[in-house]
Amino acid sequence: MSKKTETNNKKSYDFNLIVGIVLTAIVVIPSLIGLFWTPYNPETMNSSLKMAGPSLQHLMGCDNFGRDVLSRVMKGSTTTLLIGLGTVAFGCIFGTVVGAFTGYYGGIIDEILMRCNDVMFSFPSILLALVFVAVLGSGKYQVTVALGIAFIPSYARIVRSEYIRIKNMDYVQSAKLAGAADLRVMFVHMLPNCIRVLASSVLIGFNNAVLAEAGLSFLGIGVQPPDASLGSMLSEAQTYLFSKPGLAIAPGITLIMMVLGIALLGKKVDGKK
Amino acid sequence: MDKILEVKDLHVSFAEERKSLFEKKKRIEVLKGLDFHINEGEIVGLVGESGCGKSTLAKSILGLVKPTQGEIIISSKEHPQMVFQDPKASLNPAKTVRFILEEPLRNLTDMSPEERFEKAAEMIEKVGLSKEYLDRYPDELSGGQRQRISIAASLMMDPKLLIADEPVSALDVTVQAQVLELLKELHKSLNLAIIFISHDLRVVYQLCDRVMVMKNGLIVEQNTRDEIYRNPKHEYTKSLLKSAGIGL
Ligand SMILES: Nc1ncnc2c1ncn2[C@@H]1O[C@H](COP(=O)(O)OP(=O)(O)OP(=O)(O)O)[C@@H](O)[C@H]1O
Ligand SMILES: [Mg+2]
Repeated sequence: MSKKTETNNKKSYDFNLIVGIVLTAIVVIPSLIGLFWTPYNPETMNSSLKMAGPSLQHLMGCDNFGRDVLSRVMKGSTTTLLIGLGTVAFGCIFGTVVGAFTGYYGGIIDEILMRCNDVMFSFPSILLALVFVAVLGSGKYQVTVALGIAFIPSYARIVRSEYIRIKNMDYVQSAKLAGAADLRVMFVHMLPNCIRVLASSVLIGFNNAVLAEAGLSFLGIGVQPPDASLGSMLSEAQTYLFSKPGLAIAPGITLIMMVLGIALLGKKVDGKK
Repeated sequence: MDKILEVKDLHVSFAEERKSLFEKKKRIEVLKGLDFHINEGEIVGLVGESGCGKSTLAKSILGLVKPTQGEIIISSKEHPQMVFQDPKASLNPAKTVRFILEEPLRNLTDMSPEERFEKAAEMIEKVGLSKEYLDRYPDELSGGQRQRISIAASLMMDPKLLIADEPVSALDVTVQAQVLELLKELHKSLNLAIIFISHDLRVVYQLCDRVMVMKNGLIVEQNTRDEIYRNPKHEYTKSLLKSAGIGL
């Protein structure tokens, strides 16, 4: 009986994994190609093709400036993915360092940094990012940094609690007896044991970053023209939502597939624990 | 005989967790003034009920816990080392056996990678395992093998004093005997002094030259093995022996 449920569980996980991989691949592969090649220049306007419907030459049609939508979706999802990656890398690296130090040393540094963290954590990260964008200005690099800073607290929390859990383990004491200095204990001996927890939160964080970027760009303060991201494309498309819904559907579905695929992968990593 | 370790009036206390920000920090005293010494190359048993401070004593000798008062004098230039109770927890699950064995050499000596590898291979054979185990992760070893590895790791820097904190209580009975035998052998071949912490008075009898009995952060009695077992002076020692079924 219990065996049966176990195999069932396994099957549903694998199903999630397959769907996750397929969805992610459908989005990621074209966007990787978009890094080097797109069918048309995504910024070239062609007034004769304004609002053209899908055709063999332009599979997804053209937008209000006569730009090829497929090319723009490819380029846009590249931008979105890169901003997501950059944000996660930024937040994760700084968050890990902050979390490691506060968790390992505790005491007054911990109190101070964690209270700052709590303050930051109590604002929605999109709101924080808005504040940082206001300071840093808009554009893809600024958005990456702004979102990255906004994401530091969540990583710092996760890493800190892992370090508090691990620091009294016997193998950490052993490492100290083996003459390892504090930094070596923290980043050579302890960090590899946090990777599993960090990996699943990186995937979730990536999704949050993608959505936050889309949100900022949709509000018009994220990625600026001529750069395109999925969010900024949605933003441009909203004017024509009823006359030409295809313009919103293409980037919208891409965004959904990206987020869903990665969420499913994240579930798999999480479930493995 | 030369003393390898001398402990004078050792006190250790821990700060209790504060329940609110404004509460004054309380300290609980765990070790309340210990005096003893360990001679070169002898095995000394340390017994006492759970929570009496045996592991805390071990950690303060190793420098992992700071004494609040008193002195710990180590007269060998090699730092004492420790074998922990549960090898599952004392071996880093993310590192290979080779990494774990080589780690002290990497941090504390300027040996070349080849020399380190050679020494690790030599040591793993000394504890009765073959070189193939160097590439394994701790998860891929049995309990007994893991404890052999943690003994090997503790001996990499040729310490003169080893503290074994209940080194076999997490192991199967049959494996226990093998690991104890190994410790005895190493003690002889390396002239290693061992502080052997245990709950098992029978094992302590087999292994130790002297015995110290601890209660509530104090050593209530210390003497040669035969004196402790045949002629216990303190009530607490008597009750320990009695509950272990070792008749008077
Ligand atoms: N880091 C610490 N902070 C606060 N209290 C501690 C700490 N380490 C140990 N203690 C307390 O000190 C006392 C002695 O602990 P210790 O681990 O030395 O006992 P022990 O004799 O080794 O027990 P056992 O036989 O169960 O291993 C316990 O009451 C424990 O709660
Ligand atoms: Mg103990």
